[in-house]
Amino acid sequence: MTRKLNMRIWRGNATDGGLENVVVEANEGEVVLDVIHRVQATQMGDLAVRWNCKAGKCGSCSMEINGRPRLACMTQISSFKDEETITVTPLRAFPVIKDLVTDVSFNYRKAMEIPAYAHPANLAPGEARMEQVDVERSQEFRKCIECFLCQDTCHVIRDHEENKKSFAGPRFFIRIAELDMHPLDTLRNRKQTAQEEHGLGMCNITKCCTEVCPEHIHITDNAIIPMKERVVDVKYDPLRWLGSKIRKREGIV
Amino acid sequence: MSNIERHEYDVIVIGAGGAGLRAAVEAREANLRVAIICKSLFGKAHTVMAEGGAAASMGNVNEKDNWQVHFRDTMRGGKFLNHYRMAELHAKESPDRIWELETWGALFDRTKEGKISQRNFGGHEYPRLAHVGDRTGLELIRTMQQRIVALQQEDGKNSGSMEANIKVFAELTVTEILKEKGQVSGVYGYWRESGAEVLFEAPTVIIATGGVGKTFKITSNSWEGTGDGHALALKAGANLVDMEFLQFHPTGMVWPPSVRGILVTESVRGEGGVLTNTLGERFMFKYIPDVFIDKYADNEAEADRWYLDQDNNRRPPELLPRDEVARAINSEVKAGRGTEHGGVFLDVSKRLSAEVIKKRLPSMWHQFFELAGVDITKEPMEVGPTCHYVMGGVEVEPDTAAAIGVPGLYAAGEVAGGMHGSNRLGGNSLSDLLVFGRRAGIGASEYAKKATRIPVSEESIKAASARIEAPFSREGGENSYSLHAELQEITHNLVGIVRTGAELQEAITKIADIRKRSANVSVSGGRHFNPGFHLAFDLDNMLLVAESTAKSAILREESRGGHTRDDFPGMNNKWRQVNHISSFDGNQVNIKSQPLPSIPKELFDLFDVHELEKYMTAEEVAKGGSK
Repeated sequence: MTRKLNMRIWRGNATDGGLENVVVEANEGEVVLDVIHRVQATQMGDLAVRWNCKAGKCGSCSMEINGRPRLACMTQISSFKDEETITVTPLRAFPVIKDLVTDVSFNYRKAMEIPAYAHPANLAPGEARMEQVDVERSQEFRKCIECFLCQDTCHVIRDHEENKKSFAGPRFFIRIAELDMHPLDTLRNRKQTAQEEHGLGMCNITKCCTEVCPEHIHITDNAIIPMKERVVDVKYDPLRWLGSKIRKREGIV
Repeated sequence: MSNIERHEYDVIVIGAGGAGLRAAVEAREANLRVAIICKSLFGKAHTVMAEGGAAASMGNVNEKDNWQVHFRDTMRGGKFLNHYRMAELHAKESPDRIWELETWGALFDRTKEGKISQRNFGGHEYPRLAHVGDRTGLELIRTMQQRIVALQQEDGKNSGSMEANIKVFAELTVTEILKEKGQVSGVYGYWRESGAEVLFEAPTVIIATGGVGKTFKITSNSWEGTGDGHALALKAGANLVDMEFLQFHPTGMVWPPSVRGILVTESVRGEGGVLTNTLGERFMFKYIPDVFIDKYADNEAEADRWYLDQDNNRRPPELLPRDEVARAINSEVKAGRGTEHGGVFLDVSKRLSAEVIKKRLPSMWHQFFELAGVDITKEPMEVGPTCHYVMGGVEVEPDTAAAIGVPGLYAAGEVAGGMHGSNRLGGNSLSDLLVFGRRAGIGASEYAKKATRIPVSEESIKAASARIEAPFSREGGENSYSLHAELQEITHNLVGIVRTGAELQEAITKIADIRKRSANVSVSGGRHFNPGFHLAFDLDNMLLVAESTAKSAILREESRGGHTRDDFPGMNNKWRQVNHISSFDGNQVNIKSQPLPSIPKELFDLFDVHELEKYMTAEEVAKGGSK
């Protein structure tokens, strides 16, 4: 079941580069990352690509495959037509380092700007009691493997470098939502700061992020929209804001 | 060499998996300045692949659990070759380490009472694994990653710089641990992105680099598992202990070929998954070893009842320790009762509803559906053994995690040896890295506060730099990719699950030959993010690991845990008293035998004496542990 596959691979660096054609063998059951590795081992020893787990769990091999942000390790060769040329290019929203590897440090800087989890001061280790149904809301967002495909596809920053300063991006909206819904977190005003400091308001819920999420996290429906709605509620109704905080604290014994 | 990038820290942590991050948190909380160096991006370490959970005797599901039971299970799993003190510290401290994660924001699955839920796993007497579905490792990594960010935010508030006390150097390879006057003085390495060289000066280095799986052909490990820490420690003058013991996880994917080796979590069996051969036989009943005969059910009816009533039934044999299950699958396949892809069937669809499977094993469902086109809620998985974990590792002082023989050097997590003896129980790895990551952080901090710092000499820098440049200055030499593939064939065929003296001798000769040829590796292209260049260094590390493993394995004339000799099939109680210590003389790895530390009376007394008779010599049993 071996076949010849036509590929176009973007090669270059921060200042210069372009697509190169290669023909490579592909075997039954292989994914795009497998054939990239074969190209690397047999034709382009210095082809740069990031990867780790090869099982869709670490989120390292993010790239654009035929223009769509995807994990190379989870993209089956069999999902393309026999004669189709597969084009692989680096993530467009981030600066290229070399070939398929981009500088994703933007995301780590944004991570440092989100205020950390704040544990209740009077709750000793081992004393926490939480209902499964309450932790599940945040657990959905904690499935995030930080592949940054959602950041890459988000049109607020994809072709708008100028927005990066004031926009944290979908990955960090779910981080804020996760903390906001965390049954024990004591920090207030997470939704407000999402709106005021992390650019939540710039999102116009086109759901592109949700579509590319390899973990199938409902980024828009379960994180962004609820936060946007509550921000509006709170703006107009201080009693509802207080109520939301009291409900949140119910989980603590 | 004045133009290279230089940094100065109190503690250098090599590796940003669970053990490294836990160590870094501890060192920073001791008010020291810490550098975390990792080969990948921050948060991508192999710990994310840990699925089942972290073992800790919190007793949330069965209140009969306590540290003594956990200690006993760990020693049994390791066939009593474990360093007793490490197993003791691990069993005692694991619950605190799990609860601590919760104070940092971790969200484990809950029991009905709202406590942390615990699941069954092979070799553990009670439900003991704290878990988050089947992505527990990701939760651990993320929690500690976020804890580090929290500490950085604190530093930002206090000093104006978030990276004042703790900084992550991602995508940087360490090529050498530097020493001056016999003690650690720093590390040398290069940025993977640019190839530019970097010097870190520090009195202490914590190695937390994980495993060696990439030395083998079929492995659950990612590209990072190249035994870097094992080799760095050897070259720095430290010892490795028990390198013959490798864990082949019984259930890796076997098809399609491109995902061969990728892990299928033991939770599948913990949740009721059943192993069958192509005759439809539930074969594990045939493979219950004598030492476990009173703990495992010998018939299907009892095994099935256990899922409902654990107090009055023995456990299903699918939950035997991993070495037993891996050997059993290997035997079934060899006997011609395996699938066309060389595996056996693992089926959870008959016991659990589709809804429950998707909830408890979400990433397994996802992995099989997307990579193999198999819906595990309806059909069985095909599985077979995969090289998963190395029990052997840096010989350390249990309480401080200090590497024996090298002042200033520490090791924790998979790279450290001794804790798991000849075989690790599932779930004991995540708790190991928390317990000993923390201890390494404390040990290194205490040492760093008192240490006299010796600046790295120009000669050391020149030598380290020359080594990095070497593969570029050669032309037309060997290709590191093909040498790596050759090494993997040798380890797979000759140092794998079942070994013989003759094959090990052949392996030793062949590994030495590759090592000679690897000195002549040349690299094409420049230094800029060049994977061929990166592999040249990884290859050197894997060769030292393979040599240590093969040379330790040929000496051990018995079968125990992750070391099976076809020519010496039984376990021999005399061999239980022996550790194999690997050291490096600059040319080759040498092995010496060393007596295993003897277990003190209070731990000895935790066992039924008749059980100990199965593992210990009559004299040892009569002695009753050391006073």
